[in-house]
Amino acid sequence: MPFSFELLLEAIVFGVLLGCFYAAVSIGLSVSFGLLDVPHVAHPAIMVFGAYCTWLLGRLGLDPVLAGVLLTPAFFLLGMAVYRFYYEVFEKRGSDAGVRGIAFFFGLALIIEVGLILAFGVDQRTVEAAYIGKSFSIGDMRIPMRTVVVTVVALVLMTVLTLYLSRTFTGRAIKAVAQDEQALRLMGANPMRIKQWAFGIATAVAAVAGAMLIIIGPVDPGMDRAYIGRTFSVVVLAGLGSMTGTIAAGLILGISESIVLMQFGASWAPAVSFSLLLIVLGIRPQGLFGR
Amino acid sequence: MVPDILKIEGVTKQFGGFTALNEVSLSIPQGERFGLIGPNGSGKTTLINCVSGALRNEAGRILFDGEDVSRLPAYQRTRRGIARSFQIPRPFASMSVVENLVVPLEYVVHRGSLRGADTRGEALAILRGMGLAAKADTPANQLSQVELRKLELARAMAARPRLLISDEAMAGLAPNEVDEVLAILFDLNRAGITIIMIEHIMHAVMRFSQRMVCLDAGRIICEGAPDAIVANPEVQRAYLGA
Amino acid sequence: MKFWISAAIVLAAAVAAAVTVKNEYFFFAGYTVLVFVTLATAWNILGGYAGYVNFGTPAFFGLGAYTAAVLFKAFAMPLVLQILAAGVMSGLLGLAAGVLTLRLRGIFFAIATIALVVIMETLFINWRFAGGATGLQLLRPPPMPPFESYIKMLFVLAVAIAIVAVAVARWIEQSWIGRGLRAIRDSEEAAECTGVPTLRLKLFACTVSGALMGTAGACMPMYLSFIEPASTFNLNYAIGALASPMIGGTAHYLGPVIGALILSTLQQVVSVTISSEMNVLVVGVLLVFFVVAAPEGVLGLFKKWFRTSSK
Repeated sequence: MPFSFELLLEAIVFGVLLGCFYAAVSIGLSVSFGLLDVPHVAHPAIMVFGAYCTWLLGRLGLDPVLAGVLLTPAFFLLGMAVYRFYYEVFEKRGSDAGVRGIAFFFGLALIIEVGLILAFGVDQRTVEAAYIGKSFSIGDMRIPMRTVVVTVVALVLMTVLTLYLSRTFTGRAIKAVAQDEQALRLMGANPMRIKQWAFGIATAVAAVAGAMLIIIGPVDPGMDRAYIGRTFSVVVLAGLGSMTGTIAAGLILGISESIVLMQFGASWAPAVSFSLLLIVLGIRPQGLFGR
Repeated sequence: MVPDILKIEGVTKQFGGFTALNEVSLSIPQGERFGLIGPNGSGKTTLINCVSGALRNEAGRILFDGEDVSRLPAYQRTRRGIARSFQIPRPFASMSVVENLVVPLEYVVHRGSLRGADTRGEALAILRGMGLAAKADTPANQLSQVELRKLELARAMAARPRLLISDEAMAGLAPNEVDEVLAILFDLNRAGITIIMIEHIMHAVMRFSQRMVCLDAGRIICEGAPDAIVANPEVQRAYLGA
Repeated sequence: MKFWISAAIVLAAAVAAAVTVKNEYFFFAGYTVLVFVTLATAWNILGGYAGYVNFGTPAFFGLGAYTAAVLFKAFAMPLVLQILAAGVMSGLLGLAAGVLTLRLRGIFFAIATIALVVIMETLFINWRFAGGATGLQLLRPPPMPPFESYIKMLFVLAVAIAIVAVAVARWIEQSWIGRGLRAIRDSEEAAECTGVPTLRLKLFACTVSGALMGTAGACMPMYLSFIEPASTFNLNYAIGALASPMIGGTAHYLGPVIGALILSTLQQVVSVTISSEMNVLVVGVLLVFFVVAAPEGVLGLFKKWFRTSSK
């Protein structure tokens, strides 16, 4: 396809929208993996689970965004439970937590995936809402409403989380536990409880991300596999645990994917995020915004 | 005059904007018992990490036996004769005690000529010297604190070093256990090994060292005989906080 | 010696079965199980001994398969040379991936290997000569005597490849290299400080492991008479390669073999009798169960059982 300024502009606009979405689905992982150092490869599976819960609530007539928000308390508790289990079995015992921890979350992802298949079948599911299916135009560009809704939700979500981590006492404790667990223990705080809390928040965020996932397009149970690589790419690219970095990395990924999509076609797009990831790992492993 | 086995010249190490070591220079003659003290965060561990190769210093040189080793990876330095123990013991937990020692024997001492080497026998001999022989076939993750500390030293010794860095080998031990570990270190020194001791237990490091250095905020603030160091007002200020 | 005698017996039994047993399905199913034995054994060299998780099994397996397919299409290269070339290519891929990421913590390596799968799949989707997204039909040459069918010949080859993989893993495990790898898994810093060249050993393990995975993939195009990207770079290979050692036990070279035999046999049975979704569930549940409750796998359980019964 010949290069043109209009096309590039369009690619960038879509890239930004896509990028906000990528950042939003990664931000939970940015807490659980980036800050807490938990190799949470089941994060995308939990997100897809959230998408299915949104779908269920949608059948009762609930708006998907609202559904996502309503799901957060339940997911928060789920996250706390998962972390507690992980802690008791792996972190507490210490030795060899690496390989087995990863394998544990990998197994968990498979179980969630099949659980969804058994409950809902392999068919794709979609939700309905006033803004889904509509679009508006700026010049020659047609922008689907759903991407705008997702972008707004993503931005709100990220702002809230960033403020929470930097302004509240617990939020700062979460950041502290990432840096120096020992110091926190000396201050009389229990690192395990803080981590458990943080993991709960990360999981609650995954519920909202799941809602966005099903707003932006149809969802099927095996979808998490494609998002394992993507979300980890964003978190690593961002520099572990950096919230600003997560947004920047999401945007970089979204824009580059969308440009490649328009210039070289859809078959090349998936490789973008991963080539980027490999380059970053090779050159600057602490990520773009890492300490 | 005894030649210097280790010469540290203007070594600087930064983490981001934080200067952990600021142009530190030191010479340690062969066979010395050298004590390194300083408050928490003064840069002691950073310094020995730079010497052993776990970290790379940005500026300055580290000469071991006259050769600049500051760009060599850690395993190369071990092969040249620098060994260390870790402050928090890091045993090879999936192996037995004796196997822990076989690793350095295979990778340092008998490298390239493994055939016919009795690594197990040699490892057992070292363990006997440390009073660990009875635990030779125990999995390393079933040892007590003091045994773990001894294993750290024994494993370091299995690399047949000429310089041994003991990083807080006695922290958290009971008084009689401190004496046990001290006795081991004295023995090793008598066998000709230069020893750098990093320690918070003051009476131990004072009893052990011939010469001491106190670090504070990445600089050497004082150097001399143990008595002189403890009497030094700057050292007292660094420890008590001013 | 005992090992080599058993290996020879296994190989002889495979040849005998291929010559006498008529039922083709046995060999067809057996071949898949053997591929997983090889993959799991190869995975364990880096994952089990050194503690570096590789999610990229499909990348190495698939590159091996495509190397073989392309060489066959371009030069009609004989099968044995295809297998060797596949091993070399996947070994090089392992080396390259290792150079890029093995300096970093294990989790980064794990993530990078996920990336590798997608990149490899994308490359082959876009390579016309290799069939692109639709794939490549391959015409099998006649089988070599004494085999009267190609599948039976492939079955015997797969047994041979699996034996080679197990022998390599066994050699590594019992030599100073294996001890060095285990030292790396237990504490990388302590390993360096006891003279272990950690980066070099990891690169070695990653290269060997990748090469063996490549050889496991090499016969796949001929087995199916067909190759296409989506099924070749399928995540199921990653799942099997990771889960089998966890189930069988990572400490001993027989662990992955036992794990793969249990897992793939069970999977074959479950997908035939119940459904293919259920077989993923079986893997997931077994994986979580063993990782949580029996970290030393089936072999560990056996050991414990023998110890208590001998008392």
